[in-house]
Amino acid sequence: MIKIINLHKSFGPQKVLRGVNLEIPKGKITFIMGRSGTGKSVLLKHIIGLMEPDEGQIIVDGQDITKMSAKELLKIRKRFGMLFQEGALFDSMTVGENVAFPLYEHTKLSEKEIWQRVREKLAQVDLLGAIDKMPSELSGGMKKRAALARALALEPEIVLFDEPTTGLDPVMQLNIGFLIKKTQQQHKLTCVVISHDIIVARATADRIAFLHEGVIIAQGSPEEIARFPHPFVQEFWQTLELGSKEVGHEERPFEPGT
Amino acid sequence: MENPVELLGGFSLRLLREMGGMAVMFVQAMLYTFKPPFRFRLLLKQMEFIGVKSTLVVLLTGLFSGMVLALQGYYGFRKFGGESLLGATVALSLVRELGPVLTGLMVTARAGSAIAAELGTMRVTEQIDALWAMAVNPVHYLVMPRIWAGILMLPLLTILADVIGILGGYFVGVILLKINAGIFVAKMRALVELSDILNGLYKSFVFGALLTLIGCYKGYHARGGAEGVGRATTEAVVISSISILVGDYILTSLLFS
Ligand SMILES: Nc1ncnc2c1ncn2[C@@H]1O[C@H](COP(=O)(O)OP(=O)(O)OP(=O)(O)O)[C@@H](O)[C@H]1O
Ligand SMILES: [Mg+2]
Repeated sequence: MIKIINLHKSFGPQKVLRGVNLEIPKGKITFIMGRSGTGKSVLLKHIIGLMEPDEGQIIVDGQDITKMSAKELLKIRKRFGMLFQEGALFDSMTVGENVAFPLYEHTKLSEKEIWQRVREKLAQVDLLGAIDKMPSELSGGMKKRAALARALALEPEIVLFDEPTTGLDPVMQLNIGFLIKKTQQQHKLTCVVISHDIIVARATADRIAFLHEGVIIAQGSPEEIARFPHPFVQEFWQTLELGSKEVGHEERPFEPGT
Repeated sequence: MENPVELLGGFSLRLLREMGGMAVMFVQAMLYTFKPPFRFRLLLKQMEFIGVKSTLVVLLTGLFSGMVLALQGYYGFRKFGGESLLGATVALSLVRELGPVLTGLMVTARAGSAIAAELGTMRVTEQIDALWAMAVNPVHYLVMPRIWAGILMLPLLTILADVIGILGGYFVGVILLKINAGIFVAKMRALVELSDILNGLYKSFVFGALLTLIGCYKGYHARGGAEGVGRATTEAVVISSISILVGDYILTSLLFS
């Protein structure tokens, strides 16, 4: 279980996180939602120790990672996988080598087993055909999927996804959502997913937390969130229905995406 | 408003902080050398990039330095009939000074800048964060092999520059300006000592470490998108070049005294 206690983070005068309190249950999928620029990615980077908080604690299975040395952090990170918002693929390596990278670093698998696993993971995200391509030759959505395959390659206990479905077509969005769900259930993973995608959240989340103005304003199961009284949550949750109602409306045409 | 004293103070503090940061990075990289996994493949790749691919520039630089040294020396020595010393002068200037320094500067321009740009890009596109997130220490993975490649390849490149420079000097002195070949070579062999050559190579070790360390440090700490990467690259080249020249003076005064 991951417990975030009173987390504060500012960049200069800009207060991004202002006392985040959140419990992420083991073996479940927790979605973190919120407007663009509220600090979701910043929060995620704190969970894996890439950023140091100004104040507060992050407890992973009883250990406070904010107090750890670089060496201890490296050790605990072996249990984590992370999908970065922009993919962060190594651009000097092919897609296949990117997915193989954590396997070479942290397993004793043979060359053959590694590449078998790489092909399996790439097939899951429908990218087997791009195994020998360089990241610069991929579209945005393909990069995201390749990065997803890399994050899942080691089948780590805890996986952090920063907007895994953003930039994909709607069919692929649901596929990726279900892939995350399936992998999570198969290996009993603890998943934290940042997403704006209400459809995917509704279909796959065990818990949803809303980050707004630097704090978590709501958390609970998707059903609880749907009934949550906070106006921001309601507004966010209902964009979907509002949007679909307005399709064809002449004065305010609905634009999907963004 | 900042007054000059504050500016100077701020600058000195920044300088000290950067030097401290570089020293820490260097020590870490050296300590990680003995920590598995040994990055042998990466080291070979960097040795190819820093060393093998710099061969042509270094050869050209060495060749023309040797040639121009011979030409200049010839006109100088002719004034008092000292042409016989030409071979020794060319060789000494090359092995003690110009070989290591020019090689260092050329490799800085070619490889030091590329290292800063590559690591800088990796920093701003979160690839360095991705390494940390995958429990791989980027100093171990990226910095250590590059510094070792610099330390190992610069002396080799310097030897190349020395040799081709002396050949260039021979060509100009003996073939173009008709100095007696026997005297040219004999004086050179009599006056150039092994310690001259070795001291030149010690310098090149240091330059190799300096230019790769500074390239890595600047790239590693780049921030602010493409512009930040550009700034890191420029700073790496400028700081490495100055460090090589200052370091050369310090090493010369230590080694040859
Ligand atoms: N390294 C940094 N230095 C300075 N400011 C930062 C840094 N990282 C993030 N910020 C600021 O923190 C705020 C939150 O950024 P963050 O990337 O977490 O947003 P987000 O919630 O992930 O948004 P999005 O949904 O668009 O990805 C932004 O205003 C950003 O300007
Ligand atoms: Mg984000």
